[in-house]
Amino acid sequence: MKNGLRAILARSTIWLPYLWLLIFFLAPFVLVAKLSLSEPAIAQPPYIPAMRFLDGPIGWWADIKRFSIGNYLFITEDSLYWKSYLSSLRIAIISTFLTLAIGYPLALGMARAPRAWRPTLLMLVILPFWTSFLIRVYAWIGILKKEGLLNQLLLWVGIISEPLTILNTNVAVYIGIVYSYLPFMVLPLYANLERQNQTLLEAANDLGCTNRAAFWKVTWPLSMPGVIAGCFLVFIPTVGEFVIPSLLGGSETLMIGRTLYDEFFQNRDWPVSSAVAVILLMILLVPIMLFQRSEARARSRGQ
Amino acid sequence: MNRGWTPFNVTSVVMGFSFLYIPILILIIYSFNASKLVTVWAGFSTQWYARAFANEGLVNAALVTLRVGLISATVATVLGTLAALALVRFSRFRGRFLFSGMIYAPLVMPEVITGLSLLLLFVSVGMDRGVTTVILSHITFSMCFVAVVVQSRLVSFDRSLEEAALDLGATPARAFMSVTLPIIAPAVLAGWMLAFTLSLDDLVIAQFNSGPGATTLPMKIFSQVRLGVTPEINAVCAVLVGIVASGVIIASIGLKRQEVRRMRAEQLAAQA
Repeated sequence: MKNGLRAILARSTIWLPYLWLLIFFLAPFVLVAKLSLSEPAIAQPPYIPAMRFLDGPIGWWADIKRFSIGNYLFITEDSLYWKSYLSSLRIAIISTFLTLAIGYPLALGMARAPRAWRPTLLMLVILPFWTSFLIRVYAWIGILKKEGLLNQLLLWVGIISEPLTILNTNVAVYIGIVYSYLPFMVLPLYANLERQNQTLLEAANDLGCTNRAAFWKVTWPLSMPGVIAGCFLVFIPTVGEFVIPSLLGGSETLMIGRTLYDEFFQNRDWPVSSAVAVILLMILLVPIMLFQRSEARARSRGQ
Repeated sequence: MNRGWTPFNVTSVVMGFSFLYIPILILIIYSFNASKLVTVWAGFSTQWYARAFANEGLVNAALVTLRVGLISATVATVLGTLAALALVRFSRFRGRFLFSGMIYAPLVMPEVITGLSLLLLFVSVGMDRGVTTVILSHITFSMCFVAVVVQSRLVSFDRSLEEAALDLGATPARAFMSVTLPIIAPAVLAGWMLAFTLSLDDLVIAQFNSGPGATTLPMKIFSQVRLGVTPEINAVCAVLVGIVASGVIIASIGLKRQEVRRMRAEQLAAQA
């Protein structure tokens, strides 16, 4: 008896978190998928359930026959949705490249800084990651506003004679994304660059490579795993981003996270927002799988 | 040759960190601005801090956030540590593939999807949205982060230490509490802190799953920011940044000390 209890307790390391995730992670997804197949209603909650658990097996079959793909058809017909998906992907791709362009020199500088400095520099990259995302995005509003500090500075220097409109445009969204996700790019890059064998560069130099050529022939190709990991870590969450487009973006900024949010909270169309979520998930599944595969490959190579 | 503080290295590090830190510094500086305009400097003042602390709505939201953060981080740490143990210790059990998938998926899941799906769960079981539902949803996504942090520490853990304790007659529970847990404690603490800050930070999932009387601080900040930038919000943000930054710095210095002490003890042991 006591042993049986102990075995159950030992197994609880598995089933306790397992059960939790089944209830609070997997089941909700099934509900989203189910709701995306049902019809909206003016009621509370605002939809007609596509399938009721209490109906029993016979009822379930009837329910399944009632499933409608109307919400998905609606999404393909209304240009707002596919434009949002495409625009999200475009914004995510552009900002991933911008983050790489800014993050790479920083990671390289950190990795080549004197050894004693490196832990401090690493800490300085991680620290913003701990401070609130919302606050970091908010901080840019005061800078990018028409009468904001950036415009004041540029006017004072004399680069521009009229204040620029940056806030509530896509430019502000790019700045916000690059700023918020920079640590995600720098950390894997730094981890890779810091480990690189310095003697390879010396060999390249001895063989007559300039520093620049040695970088493109040695450092850059070797840093590919870090580049790939960093790009995925920025790209994947950016596609579904909500806070940045809604605080820094304007009416022209279409991003699917924001469209879903508005669909849910303003139009109160739960079935359509569920269908939007299902499609977003399917789009993200590809990069997520690619990322996990490249991580697994990197891990097996490391060992 | 290109190691050390070369001009390129200094420039890229200085520019990179300026970009990362100047916006936050500006935010903090302007929270001490006497003027109501966020962008025009009119002398030093702490009036916005006084106003923020006198603002009942903000203070209530801060208290809700604190309560949600403390409870959800603690439960998430327990569940996440168990999950990490399961992943590292049991290399095969039924449904392990699904299990590890469910641990990693929330890390990259868009918040709008997590928020929406949890909301549908709560609605379908007829649960009223409020503090409880926010806590439940925060536990769910932050336990996965805890699991990943603790797992990375457990992988390098020398199991023979625990086996020695078992050979000496300790029960598995006792061996875990007195051998394994102290060794993985830094990772567990880091996991707790991560879970706490994630909860403190979350806007979108709380927005979906909270109800009347359960407005969290990010929700409050977000709704105010949409109306415009105010120095009062700057003050609140500065306080939050200060708390989190000092927490992280203190914890990392503490961990570093512990590491140094451990290494010294190991050296002594090697000499003896």
